[in-house]
Amino acid sequence: MSETRMPALSRRRVIVTAAQLGAASVASAFLARHAAATPESAKEWLGKLAKGEAKAGKVSIKAPEIAENGNNVPVTVAVESPMTAADYVKAVHVVADGNPNPGVASFFLTPACGKAEVQTRIRMATTQNIVAVAEMGDGSLWTATRQVKVTIGGCGG
Amino acid sequence: MAADVKPRIKAPATAKKGETFEIKTLVTHEMESGQRKDADGKTIPRKIINAFHCKLNGREVFSAKIEPAVAANPYLSFFVRAEESGTYEFTWVDDDGSLYKAEHKIAVS
Repeated sequence: MSETRMPALSRRRVIVTAAQLGAASVASAFLARHAAATPESAKEWLGKLAKGEAKAGKVSIKAPEIAENGNNVPVTVAVESPMTAADYVKAVHVVADGNPNPGVASFFLTPACGKAEVQTRIRMATTQNIVAVAEMGDGSLWTATRQVKVTIGGCGG
Repeated sequence: MAADVKPRIKAPATAKKGETFEIKTLVTHEMESGQRKDADGKTIPRKIINAFHCKLNGREVFSAKIEPAVAANPYLSFFVRAEESGTYEFTWVDDDGSLYKAEHKIAVS
């Protein structure tokens, strides 16, 4: 057994190191629980679902400004479209950029839907943005973003 | 788990031709996200409904791909245009491969 030699530490040094360690572990614990998805990874996720550059407009997201319970947040996505065979919404992709995984749901519509509006209830880990991208029948993409403030996160623990 | 999965559909029984109406669906399911840990610190495996399909007389009208971020007892509502009488068939696909089904008949005048 070799003797472990500790470097000499002044009192100040010990306090500073402890504080740094504490801060680092708090930050990493926080990150591990919450912000696994970032706006960048959400964008990447969307890029895989729908190829191309999305323009702002046509899409509207209805969601509460403040959600008290992140376990169950009602979200409605509506897209302006006549929903005819020539001009319809093919798909609506929804992502959230602060959940452990960015994906929320993708909806695939047909002209038989008559109206491009879907509602569901989602989980939100923390205050974050919901991004919806609508893919039209002609391949064009439209997007909208909405922030929801979450009081109690909904990812269990 | 299939025993406590109960699909519910809310939609009109009759509609005028060309009218657009809403179909509301809900299925009881815990939607285990795969993020939670049990008392021993072990991760509880993911078990969610990952897809939903709605067909009218065998033709797909609406479908969805669902991620764990959808809340427990997944609720989905969407719109359809009444073109013909028939039966809407709803299918939910579980991670373990089981399918949960429901039907709704509509008379279009």
